[in-house]
Amino acid sequence: MWRWLIPLSVVPVLALLAYGFRVNPHEIPSPLVGRPAAPFVVRAFDGTEVSLAGLRGRVVVLNFWASWCYPACYEEAPALERAWRTYRDRGVAVVGVAIQDKPEASRKFIADFSLSFSNAPDPDGKISVDYGVYGVPETFFIDRAGRIRLKQTGGVTDELFRAEIEKLLGEPA
Amino acid sequence: MIPELGYGALVVGVVLAVYGALAAAAGAHTGRPALIESAQHAALAVFTLVTACFLLLAGALLTFDFSVRYVAQQTTLGTPFYYRVTAVWGALEGSILLWAWMLALYTLIVVVRHRGERDLYPWALSVMLGIIAFFLLVMTIPAPPFQRLLPVPADGRGLNPLLEDTGMITHPVALYLGFTGFTVPFAFAMAALMTGRVGDAWITTTRRWTIVAWYFLSLGLLIGGWWSYHVLGWGGYWAWDPVENAAFMPWLTGTAFLHSVMIQERRRMLKLWNISLVILTFGLTIFGTFLTRSGVIASVHAFSQGSIGAFFLTFLGLVLLSAFGLLAWRWDLLRAQGELDGILSRESAFLLNNVFLVAAAFTVFFGTVFPLLSEAVRGVKVSVGAPFFNQVNVPLFLSLIFLMGVGPLIAWRRASIDNLKRNFLGPVAIGVATAAVLHLVGVRSALAVLTLALALFTTATIALDVLRGTRARLRTGAGVVGAVTSLLLRHNRRYGGFGIHLGILLVALGVTGSQAWSVQTEATLKPGQVVELAGYRVRFDGLSAVQESTHARVVGTFTVSNGGGAPIVMHPSKKFYPHEQAPIAGVDYRMGFREDLYLVLGDFARDGSEATVKALVNRLVSWIWIGGLVLTLGALLAIVPDDKRA
Repeated sequence: MWRWLIPLSVVPVLALLAYGFRVNPHEIPSPLVGRPAAPFVVRAFDGTEVSLAGLRGRVVVLNFWASWCYPACYEEAPALERAWRTYRDRGVAVVGVAIQDKPEASRKFIADFSLSFSNAPDPDGKISVDYGVYGVPETFFIDRAGRIRLKQTGGVTDELFRAEIEKLLGEPA
Repeated sequence: MIPELGYGALVVGVVLAVYGALAAAAGAHTGRPALIESAQHAALAVFTLVTACFLLLAGALLTFDFSVRYVAQQTTLGTPFYYRVTAVWGALEGSILLWAWMLALYTLIVVVRHRGERDLYPWALSVMLGIIAFFLLVMTIPAPPFQRLLPVPADGRGLNPLLEDTGMITHPVALYLGFTGFTVPFAFAMAALMTGRVGDAWITTTRRWTIVAWYFLSLGLLIGGWWSYHVLGWGGYWAWDPVENAAFMPWLTGTAFLHSVMIQERRRMLKLWNISLVILTFGLTIFGTFLTRSGVIASVHAFSQGSIGAFFLTFLGLVLLSAFGLLAWRWDLLRAQGELDGILSRESAFLLNNVFLVAAAFTVFFGTVFPLLSEAVRGVKVSVGAPFFNQVNVPLFLSLIFLMGVGPLIAWRRASIDNLKRNFLGPVAIGVATAAVLHLVGVRSALAVLTLALALFTTATIALDVLRGTRARLRTGAGVVGAVTSLLLRHNRRYGGFGIHLGILLVALGVTGSQAWSVQTEATLKPGQVVELAGYRVRFDGLSAVQESTHARVVGTFTVSNGGGAPIVMHPSKKFYPHEQAPIAGVDYRMGFREDLYLVLGDFARDGSEATVKALVNRLVSWIWIGGLVLTLGALLAIVPDDKRA
């Protein structure tokens, strides 16, 4: 009967590999979480000036994206727009920053998804360096006191957005 | 249109492959030839469909059809023709397509060569079609190469710049021909288990297939090392990265298999072991695919992606459980008939060789999955690096080099003292003399002395054997060239094997030399300043900028003189890609038999007033690539049809 141990011995190896799905080897916690968000002032694609200081008192969702980033940026763009429309009147600001992108390509992306929140280029890469952006998309949730509370690596979903925003809105300013 | 056509072809392909697998199995079971013929037609149709998919994807890439997501990911309008072709397999989805295409091709060749046979072949056909069905299924659900992208972007993202290299056409193709090639011996081994004909038939049928698969895998590994050496810019060729390990493990078990089958053919021993090795080798090729595509383990060049990991893991589980299950079921048939007669015999040399190779495969496996194990058991993230792998593998590899000299010359069954003296006295003397000479000329690295002495010992055994064979033929009156040629062709398997051994020894020489004697330095220079290294004077002359179709390039000019001879000018560079965070090194190197000079450009001042250069003198590295060529010649000789002996 012990011969059946040969096929059975495969099981623990498979179990270990399956466990691997639950962990992300690339996941490194951002040291910025809990720290004050770096200030920035940018000229958005629509010509307006956007600054973090000007948004103080609001919950700010700072999203880094690029038009060449498939599929994640293409998947999250509609979710961000939906969230913005839902929460814009409740003291939430969404700011998109297109990094390492050509301005025409960024504009086409904004038009394709009819994005109505502020979007700005990061021509000298200063903002992405300040926030330690490693890849796109990455999204920072900043509370009303101007502290980074969550860094999302990869696309943002409706559920994540709702959960985090409701939590931050529930806190006193 | 292309996305719909491609997707449709894949779905039809899955259905036909599943049908073919079932029909072949039913045909094998009932013995009805019509069913088997129908399965053969299915195999032909699957091959045609996969080829069509391949051409469709290539067409989409060549015409910049950005409505296909894969095309938008892998090319930009600036991507040159050559890299639009290699982009077909440059990323996850396309690499699976290449894999499936090769499997379909191998299946077709099996059909052409074996149709009409009734014992093992129908089951083997069934297994192969089942495996193809899995790969096609992967392309319809978790990794679709033909996904639409909406809205259609104006330009694409572009190939991973590290893959913009000529090696991209040869490395994946060779590697995948190796990986997929092991499917054939696996399929015949499964057929042997299902029919209960576990004798030598499946081994003799697949012997040449195994060598072909093994050869391509070796070539893929070597080209991968070459790519790493001249593209990545760290001066090395092997880093024990999980992806490299993934390709190396089946190579180790495959090598063990190539040797152990000889014992089964000759002595009727090791049936169980051989089937286990072929299952393990095939399983490791799937495991490698799982590892590189599931994102479970961090690696420099993994294509990590969502749900595909679960698919591969399920498939791997299915393969291993059913294959080892069959093995347990046929246990009684697989019990050995032969017995080991003596400790000093060719059988035991081959057995030891197998033990060491499998031990090496196990340690590589253990080191590769250890980070996962550590996180699962202790919750601690660790990484396992080169020191572990080197420490455990170097003694194993040295023992293998020694056995490489012993195995082919020692007698079967039981070696007499006379046999040992006759075959090994000379080579041992040569090995000892080598060690002594190396010590006298001042080589102080014990590891290098040991490796080179063992390599010379093994080379001497090969030379001795060739010499004896030739002399015997010369006595029959042939000329020297005629004698050698007829010897090699007449015993092509043996001498092909020797050729492969020589190739491996040259690789070992290159690895030893580069590990023991390479030197490097780094210096920040102003124009006109010089850095010296191992007799080379490297002068910084200035920087210039060039705009290429996909990237900008900053090129350094360095004049290198080496004692006598005219100075040469070298141009290491840094490439800046619009969508990459970090620049990519453009290495410049001069290769030589004794050493390579290898320059990497580091940081620089934008105005060209200063630049950091890393200079490496890598010793004997070229012998690794020369070893690859010798290995190729040996493998060619080993697969020449040897009917004339019969």
